[in-house]
Order: sequence, then structure tokens, then C-alpha cells
Amino acid sequence: MIQAIAFYLFATVVTLSAAMTITARNPVHSVLWLILAFFNAAGLMVLAGAEFIAMLLVIVYVGAVAVLFLFVVMMLDIDFAELRAGFVRYAMFGLAVALVLLAEVVIGIGAWSAGGVELSSRVAPTDAGAALGSLPNIKAMGTLLYTRYLYIFEAAGFILLVAMVGAIVLTHRQRTGVIKQNVARQINRRSEDAIRKVNQPVGQGVEL
Amino acid sequence: MDYAANLAMVLPEIVLSLGGLVLLMVSAWGGRSVSRGVSWVSVAVLMGAGIALIGPASAGGIAFDGLYNADLFAAFAKVLIFFAAAVSIVIAPRFFARTSGEDLRPEYPVLVLFSTAGMGMMVSANDLLTLYVGLELQSLSAYVLASFMRRDVRSAEAGLKYFILGSLASGILLYGISLVYGFSGTTIFGDIATAYAGAEGSTKIGLLFGLVFVFAGLAFKMSAVPFHMWTPDVYEGAPTPVTAFFASAPKVAALALSVRVAIEAMGPATGDWRQIVIFAALASIVLGAVAAINQQNIKRLLAYSSINNVGFALIGLAAGTAEGVAGVLTYMTIYIVMTLGSFLVVLQMRDEHGQPVETIASLSGLSRRRPALAAALAIFMFSLAGIPPLFGFWAKFAVFEAAVKADLVALAAIGIAASTIGAYYYLKIVKTMYFDAPAPAYGKSDSALEGGLIAAAALFVSPLGYLLIPVLGAWSLAAARTLF
Repeated sequence: MIQAIAFYLFATVVTLSAAMTITARNPVHSVLWLILAFFNAAGLMVLAGAEFIAMLLVIVYVGAVAVLFLFVVMMLDIDFAELRAGFVRYAMFGLAVALVLLAEVVIGIGAWSAGGVELSSRVAPTDAGAALGSLPNIKAMGTLLYTRYLYIFEAAGFILLVAMVGAIVLTHRQRTGVIKQNVARQINRRSEDAIRKVNQPVGQGVEL
Repeated sequence: MDYAANLAMVLPEIVLSLGGLVLLMVSAWGGRSVSRGVSWVSVAVLMGAGIALIGPASAGGIAFDGLYNADLFAAFAKVLIFFAAAVSIVIAPRFFARTSGEDLRPEYPVLVLFSTAGMGMMVSANDLLTLYVGLELQSLSAYVLASFMRRDVRSAEAGLKYFILGSLASGILLYGISLVYGFSGTTIFGDIATAYAGAEGSTKIGLLFGLVFVFAGLAFKMSAVPFHMWTPDVYEGAPTPVTAFFASAPKVAALALSVRVAIEAMGPATGDWRQIVIFAALASIVLGAVAAINQQNIKRLLAYSSINNVGFALIGLAAGTAEGVAGVLTYMTIYIVMTLGSFLVVLQMRDEHGQPVETIASLSGLSRRRPALAAALAIFMFSLAGIPPLFGFWAKFAVFEAAVKADLVALAAIGIAASTIGAYYYLKIVKTMYFDAPAPAYGKSDSALEGGLIAAAALFVSPLGYLLIPVLGAWSLAAARTLF
């Protein structure tokens, strides 16, 4: 009972906030609605027993992607009114794409229920798989990643490192003539070093 | 799972990655002043990785529950890869010092090390995941290396082009991998072979679709026709030491990987992939020969030459036998020496101010200005053309012999006919060097090291190379037999 209530709550909010995402006039509001949609989708994933995906949704999509969107929307001066201007012109095209997608879903479900293609159902075929059956899926995934797939996992880390090194190599420039603040020197500077008292005789030039 | 035993088998990659990490730290703190030091230590790391191949890394068998295969075949390919990587590190500092604008930054050898670690993963892959991750590690480093001279427009263009087309190819490869996984239920090569052997009906069709996409993705990585379009542009735009690297090490890795996938994972479907390989081989040979004729830039010409040579190596794979695979290994061994030698000569092509020149016309009369250099380039060109007294002939002979033994006489005949077309443009360079009026003044040789490397490469492909046949033949055959 409580699950059904939670499901309908999350599902309703996801649908509504998704609708608000595309109808909101202010793009910043759109992104905020999107974040709400992500949070509720994460709730749905928890209900489905996929807590790993729920966490990914919150951490990756809300934490990184949505914030990135927000930055882009706020920092770039995009004229959203102009982007929307062609709505009527492209409505037919959009409708056609929507129909194609719908047809694909229907055909896909039809093919699935007909059972013509025997897709294999084994995922990560391993002897440990049976033992992992009762584990929560974060633990199960961690166990696989850090034992069986350790080698590839480490290599994937190297790929990310290379991507980072590459980005720095291609864009970093050593700038010359930049004045840097040295806090220690600032604090160590005393008034005696900087200020000189002069008893200036009248009628003579000032020594600078 | 016994980690110590597993780690001993992947020791070469561990040496490369840890060495790369340490050198990355050194170069991050040291800046440009440590470039040369980092380069030399990188060469030492590559040698260390080569030494690490002795022992379990070349005879250990399967590691990490079937992800990794440390056999003699992988070790053979890795020796070639490490050697080519070391040469392309050694020749870099001088090139970057000569070309105005950019000094060598110490990230160059580090990225080559990471790329080499990726190639080690590729040739040892026993699982589609290892294959893909290794390939990406190699490619991502290569994209950065291609645009390493970031102020040079052509270099930036080469990097961008390589990145976009390479990503597309990775996507195609991944699509194929997901199809193979979906229809076989496994990513381990041996189990995939079982799935291919037992497949029938719609599952068989799905697996064949996967096979086509996997081969399309791999063909891009080794620049076989019809997935070669990026090669001339990238090879022309990238800095010359990087081009030398691209034309040698990743090519060996991609070919060895394709051989492994074809034989170990898709062996039962030999009849199906053989059609693809035969088409790619013939198309590469013919296009590589014909399209090169009108090229004015020596790097573009060598790019087409590399496409042409991949075609010949694929003839050995098309045979699908241990002799054929041994032919591929022999071919690649001789090919990388010829190609690295040619690129070393290209590095020596400079006007009197020390600026690099790349047009073929600038080679005119080289025989009078620098006779030794001209003789070396002539040897490489004759060898690439496969003219008998030189070692390049033996490479072609090995793959053709395997093809004839596998009843692919027509393939061998067309290949030989097309190689005569290819001989035309190789000979044209020799003619330009020896019979044309001398071009403007030419820079003097300024590096004993490069001169020595050129001389060693020329000696290797000279008829003296035939003395190596017993050793090379025995090793490549032993390496090839581990796949069957």
C-alpha cells in the first residue's frame, strides 16, 4: 500500500515537473524543474530496487549535469524566445518524429512478446553470480568491479587520466608578466621598510 | 583468485603505467626543462617493459578470469610496439627543437607510454571489454599526440579530425560488441567462439551483424579501405615523430588485435569474415597504390603506403592459418622497420635554415647533396615496393605463400599485380632523388643518433636481413601457433 502511494507520488511529480521543464518561460526555472524530475526519478528507481541507479541519478545528473546546465544557461546569453520562435513551423516535423518513436516502441514490444529472437539473459556470467544474488546491487557491482573486472576498472581510470592530461596539454598556457600575490611577503612587510621620513628643505627638488 | 600470479602476467603494462605516472609527476613539477630527461627515462621504461615480457608475461596464459591473455603472440606484437614507441620518443626532442614555435613538452613521452600501455592491453585482450578499454586508452592518447603542436593549424586540424572520426569508429565498434554480447551472452573470446560454432537461425544473423560492425571498427583503427579516409590528413598534419608513431605501433596493435579477434573469437565463422578481410585487403592494396601516385607531400605518400601495406598484411589474415598469422607477424616486423626508417629520413629533410620540408620535389638531386641519405631512402623505397634482393620482398612472399597454401590463389595473384602499380610511386621517389636537377641547398645531417638509426634500419632491410629469416620465421610461427 505504502509502496503504491509512493510510486504514484513520484510518478506524478516526475511527469508534472517534466512538463514544466519544457513549458517554463524562464530557462533557469526549466533547469530547476529538471532537477526535481531527476530526484523523483531516483525515488522511482529506489522503489524498483535499483538503488545504485538512484544514487547515480542524484550524484551524476543532479550533482554534475544539471549544475552544468545551470551554469551554461546563466553564463551564456542565449535568446530562448528566438529558439522557440520556429515552434509552429517545425511542429509537423516534431510530430512525425514522435510518431516514428511511438511506432518503434510498439514494434519493439511486439517483437519482444513474439519471442522470435532469443537474446541471452546472462549478464556478467560468473560463478560468483549465484552467490551475489542476494546482495544489494551496489555491493554486487562493487564486488564484481573490484575483483573480476579490476584490470579493466584500473585501465578505465587511466583513460580518464589521459583525457585530463590531454585537455591540459592542449589548452594550458604559461602566461608571462602575471603579477602574483605572495601572502607571506605581504605580511612580513613592515612599515619601516616601506615608509621613509624626510625633512624636506624648502626650495629644493624632491628626491624620488 | 591469485592476484600475484595475475599481476606477474600483466607486468609489462604495470611497468608502463607506473613509469608513466611517475614521469607525469616529474614533468608536472619540472616543466619543459626536464623534457629530455623524461624522454630518456621513458625509453628506459619501455625497455623495462620489454624485459618484463620474459617470464609469465609471455607464457602465462589466461589472467584475470579470462580478461587477459599473456601468450607468445601478444609478446611478439608487444616487442614490435615497444620498439616503435621507443624510436618515436627518441626522435622527438630534436624535431621539436628544430621547428620554430614549440618546444617539446615532457607530456609527449608520457602520452606515448600510456598509449603503449593501451596497445599492450589490445594485443593481449581475451575479452571484448579489455579490447575496447585498451583501444580507447591508445586512441585517446593518440588524439592528443596528433594535435601536440597546438599552434600549428594543420596539427590541430589533424587532431580534431582524428578525434571525431575515431570516436565514430569506436561507436561502430561498440555497436558491434553489444550485438555480439547480446547474441552470445558473453564477452570472453573463447565463449564467443563457442557461440559462433553453435549458432543457427536468427541468432546466427545477429552474430554476423555484430561481426561486420566489429570488423568495420577495427578496420578504421588499422586504416584499411574503406575506412582509411582519415589517414592521409592525420599523417600529414601531425608532427613527424607522431606520424612515425601512428604509422608503426598502433598499426601493429590494431592488426594483432584483429588477428586475435578473427581467430580466437570468431574462428568458427572464418568463412564469413574472410570475405570482409579479402575485400579490405584488395581494396587497400589497390587504393593505396593508385591514390599515392599523384601525391606531392612525402608524409601523405607514406600514409597511402601504410594503407597499401596493411592490405598486404591482411592477405595473411585472410588465409586464416597459422602460416598466414605468422606471415602477418613477419610482415609487420619488416614493415615497421621500413616505415620508421622512411620517417627518419623525412625528419632529415630540411632546408638550409633547418626548417622541415615535406614536398617530394624538394628531394630532387638528393643523391648529390647527401648521398648516404639518398641511398638509405632508396633502400627503404625499393624494400616497400617489394623488390627482391631487399627484405621487403620476403615480407610479401611470406603472406602470399600463406594465401596460396590456403587456396586463395586469385587473391595472391591480384595482390602481386597491384604491388607492381605500387612500385611505380616508390620508384618515382628514387628517380627524383637520383636523376632530377638538384633542389635548393639542403641542411646537413646534425644528429649522429638519427643517422645511426637510419643506417641500422637500412641494414635490416638490406639483403643481410635474410640472415634473420630462420629466427624471425621460427618465432613468428611459434607465436602464431599459440592462437590455434
